[in-house]
Amino acid sequence: MIERAWTDQKIENILGNLLRAGVGLSAFVVFCGAVVYLTHHGHSTADYRVFQGEPSDLRSVPGIVRDALKIEGRGIIQLGLLFLIATPVARVIFSIWGFAAEHDRMYVVFTVIVLAILLFSLIGSTQM
Amino acid sequence: MNILEFTALVFAGSLVAGLVGSLTGLGGGVVLVPLLTLFFKVDIRYAIGASLVSVIATSSGAAAAYVKEGFSNIRIGMFLEIATTLGALVGAIIAVWVSTSAIATIFGLVLLVSAFLSRKPRSPAERNTPPDPLATRLRLNGSFPDLEGVRNYNVQRVPAGFGIMFGAGALSGLLGIGSGAMKVLAMDQAMKIPFKVSTTTSNFMIGVTAAASAGVYLSRGYIDPGLSMPVMLGVLAGSLVGTCILVKAETKLLRLVFSAVIVLLGIEMLYKGLAGRL
Repeated sequence: MIERAWTDQKIENILGNLLRAGVGLSAFVVFCGAVVYLTHHGHSTADYRVFQGEPSDLRSVPGIVRDALKIEGRGIIQLGLLFLIATPVARVIFSIWGFAAEHDRMYVVFTVIVLAILLFSLIGSTQM
Repeated sequence: MNILEFTALVFAGSLVAGLVGSLTGLGGGVVLVPLLTLFFKVDIRYAIGASLVSVIATSSGAAAAYVKEGFSNIRIGMFLEIATTLGALVGAIIAVWVSTSAIATIFGLVLLVSAFLSRKPRSPAERNTPPDPLATRLRLNGSFPDLEGVRNYNVQRVPAGFGIMFGAGALSGLLGIGSGAMKVLAMDQAMKIPFKVSTTTSNFMIGVTAAASAGVYLSRGYIDPGLSMPVMLGVLAGSLVGTCILVKAETKLLRLVFSAVIVLLGIEMLYKGLAGRL
């Protein structure tokens, strides 16, 4: 029991650092994208009154990566936002490992269910 | 207004929302959508997308700090995330079929309810409740550091908590908010989990819940980089500053003022929604 509490604490520490790193990386990439975006488009008119939806390249992971590699401001920002969305997903993947290390099979199953829902949302919903 | 000015103003507004949200513990996300739609005339779908992104940022940032203190219960969090992520997915999918005025109306109601919940005095904690068989089987019971040493707690009414969590997830997916107040309600009131454990575990869950609907929003084209950028950076900066200057000074007055702002925004959203003007 004592050993388990210790492992829990260790896992929580790693989790904390993982979350911090994910948010930090994402904020950095978004900021870089912002610099590129604002230097190129800063003087255009801002208009979000009418909903048009994003162009298809900013809606999927491959499209976003392609735009970001072309050093397009909006693509880089969107890539940073993808890192942000991936942070909780990484946390869930890490938790599977953590529960497995504690031989807690029930919680490995619960965590896999959560991961499946997340992956369905990220990958499955583009095909709907 | 050009993009440079727009970005600067939205950043400033989000910074204040993040700052006040973290100082009062009420979360900045709940005022972001009204701020963007009512003052910046942004379409509510773009506003929801941007708000959702900022919710993931603040939740992950704050959870990093909380998780190390040993208050949050990762088993309760993970088990209930099954309910919140399913709810969030359902909420995000039905959001496409619901009219923007209906979303604004629901948003207004949620604002009013959350302002009410934040003012309501908490019922005294029930201590030493007997262990519940289901909670024991799910290994949800835990302990946390208290003034008098380590305090143990037994989780109650698991199915009720699970159900409310599904609803909290659905609202989060529909409105792009963290719905932390409802998550705390499920844990603190229904499941009798100590308040401190409830709030930190709720924060821990918000990011995963929001990520479940973010995928749907991204693929539907609701997440605009030009708008999400100042919102996310602003809220994140504001909440970081908030946790740094978290002195006890006058958060009571600040909470009162912020609740009043939430009520006013709620009425405005409700009115615009019912009048079909959003």
